Amino acid sequence: MQPSRIDRAVADLQEWFNYRAKAFGPFYRKHMSEYWAPKNFNIWYYFGSLALVVLVNQILTGIFLTMHFKPSALEVAPGISEAFASVELTIMRDVEWGWLVRYMHSTGASAFFIVVYLHMFRGLIYGSAQKPRELVWLLGMLIYLVLMAEAFMGYVLPWGQMSFWGAKVIISLFGAIPMVGDSLVEWIMGDYLPADATLNRFFALHVIALPLVLLLLVVLHLAALHEVGSNNPEGVDIKKVKDANGKPLDGIAFHPYYTVKDLFGVGFFLTICAFVVFFEPTFGGWFLEHDNFVAADKLVTPALIKPVWYYTPYYAMLRVVPDKLLGVLTMFGAIAILFLVPWLDRSPVRSIRYRGWISKLAFALFALSFIWLGKIGAGPGTDPVETIVGRVLTFLYFAFFITMPLWTKIDSTKPVPERVPAHD
Amino acid sequence: MANEGVNHGRRRFLTATTAVVGGAGALVAAVPFIKTWLPSAKAKSAGAPVQQDISKVEVGQMVITEWRGQPVWIIRRTPEQIGALASLNASLRDPESKNEEQQPKYAQNLHRSIKQEWLVMIGVCTHLGCSPKFHGEIKPEPFDAQWKGGFFCPCHKSRFDMAGRVFAGVPAPTNLKVPDYHFVDDKTLVIGVKPEGAA
Amino acid sequence: MIKNVMTKLGLSLAVALTSMAPAALAAGGGGKLLPANTRPDNIASVQRGAKLFFNYCVGCHSLQFVRYSRIAEDLGLSEEQVMKNLNFTGGKFGDTVVSPMRAADAAVWFGKAPPDLSLEGRSKGADWIYTYLKSFYVDPSRPLGWNNTLFPGASMPNVLWELQGIQRAKVGHAKDGGEAHIEGLELVQPGTQSAQQFDDSVRDLTSFLQYAAEPAALKRQKLGAWVVLYLAFFTFLAWLLKKEYWKDVH
Repeated sequence: MQPSRIDRAVADLQEWFNYRAKAFGPFYRKHMSEYWAPKNFNIWYYFGSLALVVLVNQILTGIFLTMHFKPSALEVAPGISEAFASVELTIMRDVEWGWLVRYMHSTGASAFFIVVYLHMFRGLIYGSAQKPRELVWLLGMLIYLVLMAEAFMGYVLPWGQMSFWGAKVIISLFGAIPMVGDSLVEWIMGDYLPADATLNRFFALHVIALPLVLLLLVVLHLAALHEVGSNNPEGVDIKKVKDANGKPLDGIAFHPYYTVKDLFGVGFFLTICAFVVFFEPTFGGWFLEHDNFVAADKLVTPALIKPVWYYTPYYAMLRVVPDKLLGVLTMFGAIAILFLVPWLDRSPVRSIRYRGWISKLAFALFALSFIWLGKIGAGPGTDPVETIVGRVLTFLYFAFFITMPLWTKIDSTKPVPERVPAHD
Repeated sequence: MANEGVNHGRRRFLTATTAVVGGAGALVAAVPFIKTWLPSAKAKSAGAPVQQDISKVEVGQMVITEWRGQPVWIIRRTPEQIGALASLNASLRDPESKNEEQQPKYAQNLHRSIKQEWLVMIGVCTHLGCSPKFHGEIKPEPFDAQWKGGFFCPCHKSRFDMAGRVFAGVPAPTNLKVPDYHFVDDKTLVIGVKPEGAA
Repeated sequence: MIKNVMTKLGLSLAVALTSMAPAALAAGGGGKLLPANTRPDNIASVQRGAKLFFNYCVGCHSLQFVRYSRIAEDLGLSEEQVMKNLNFTGGKFGDTVVSPMRAADAAVWFGKAPPDLSLEGRSKGADWIYTYLKSFYVDPSRPLGWNNTLFPGASMPNVLWELQGIQRAKVGHAKDGGEAHIEGLELVQPGTQSAQQFDDSVRDLTSFLQYAAEPAALKRQKLGAWVVLYLAFFTFLAWLLKKEYWKDVH
């Protein structure tokens, strides 16, 4: 039988497409089918892909929220701003399914920080910041920094009590800078208090400027990672032992092995997130705070003024330091010092599995100080004993980093094998 | 890596099942997002049915009210205008109002209305959305020497008769739209709600 | 069934999380909160609460984020029922609930405008509302003759006194020169409802305010069970798929 015209057209089209698709071949091979990932990733290695999933969720739900949100602090009814009404009336009630989109966005914000904190801690304990992955760590830290700014500005948008007073307190931090502080605060707000102008510029930064920066940084973070290759729980350099084709013997193709594994992780993670979205969206006041269901009132400060949970460790440091400028410096220093980890960690081995008891104790104390500071920062901060504890923990936090070159060096280590051990 | 002994059938089956189940989930998840674009409760409230007092409308007069942000014409037609309707059939595109989307069933008749005298219509040209002008008088007009009363769209010269039926050979493709409406009593008209029992 | 299990799980999670959260809710004043034990999925209770709200509260408090049409839809009432029994201000069916009282008058009468209650069920919580409404007592030193143990110095009088009766404070003895504090409240004049009936009424009213604070809550939980089940099933499939592929590795 002669091939019909349609058959020929389909074949032509296929050929046309295949020829052009070749352009993506090298990209696909480099990052998917021939990206050799260590075969021994454990549970800690899910959080990178999960962070990417949350980022996509935030962008999608965010786009739909901007379609209904009004960045305006002008009053539409006594004591109620247009922004607050657009969230609590338009999005949460008037728009079909608006509540779902908003809960996905608000839950996603907290989920983002949960996975990012776990992702960062993974990097610490497995020595992922060490040579040759310094750039991966630095780019990751920049992502974390931008993410904090992004989340802060998003939190201000509903223009509730916590939005307003949170904005006021955080922006006032810049007032601690000598000489220019006060003018800087006015410049950031575009007014003498957080006002319509502040809300409007934060909206612009939140929905377009910072997301663009974030996306760019994520691409760079992945590009830097795929150049040097992933670390693993053993800290073994899998590139040392390769087969005849140049494929590491302990490496497996990212696709399909880690795509299907991460798919399972994503499913598990989404199940938990869905439970929160549908059954406990405020998460008992941790993800959406009770006081933020009250419209901003510039004359009445809420009884308890504190940032959302993911900033509270730093906020605690700010409060336990008795001097304004020193407090602010401590707070920003706590974030800045994280950038230095690749050079502070002098251990001859990467993974905690081959380090001695000193390192294990240090990591445990660090985790404890961070979590405990978070709890203190979420509280009223009126207990003097707690303030002392907070100072001790702040000291521990900084001591962990500052003495890191020392304890990573003197700590005993076990020899790291050439290959990933069989039990993995 | 041991590639021998791989059960390709099972692998294909699981891949396909996961893809189909996941894809179906993604499609369903898209529904709420698509639905956020529907008119909100506020828009629906603003688009609620409107009442119009018609007790003071005289024969031959038109009043314009607003429903869902669009002009709605309420016209009390003269016997002459009604009488002329049948004579125009030959020069119209859809004289019998066969296009069911342009009027409710209960207005699918020669005069395109519930009561012969009262014409209720959305005053938006079916061509590109301009609002046609009312030329009610039966007299020669610059755009039609045999004018029997009707509407003339200034944007692209579409013409409609006194029942909103479109003339043949003009850009507008269909007759003007008749909204749902009913008479509460002789003095009150409600636009946006069909008569009781009407399909 | 599954929905109930998950709702319960969500509730106990909320209780646990709230106990971990700093005591922001009790910020309104001293006093322990009584458990409201509301059931927002009990539509009959929410309906009774709506009736109470529109009889006793709407004179001063608005619900600016709640539309009459939404109340009708969610509580299974007809437009006629809502417009006749609940809407006393002449607003349209699609309008939000506005109080007839003018803000300027309110400021003169009460010192400040009574707050909008659309989100009270979320900002203060059900237990707070329930306790607050039960904690009024006569206090001649206050401008309107009423005070409240949960929110001392509240500007609001006890609007439900006809139902509840009149409570008086039992004041303890002053110790060590300190101020005498209130040990409890006693009913000195019964109202038209028994204590049990009044508790139910306050619970109904609280349920309504809880509903008003988040009308989507019912739909959210109903749908949530299915979403979680679907995702669990998808995760199971992905797990099988992962196991199948990883046979190559192990």
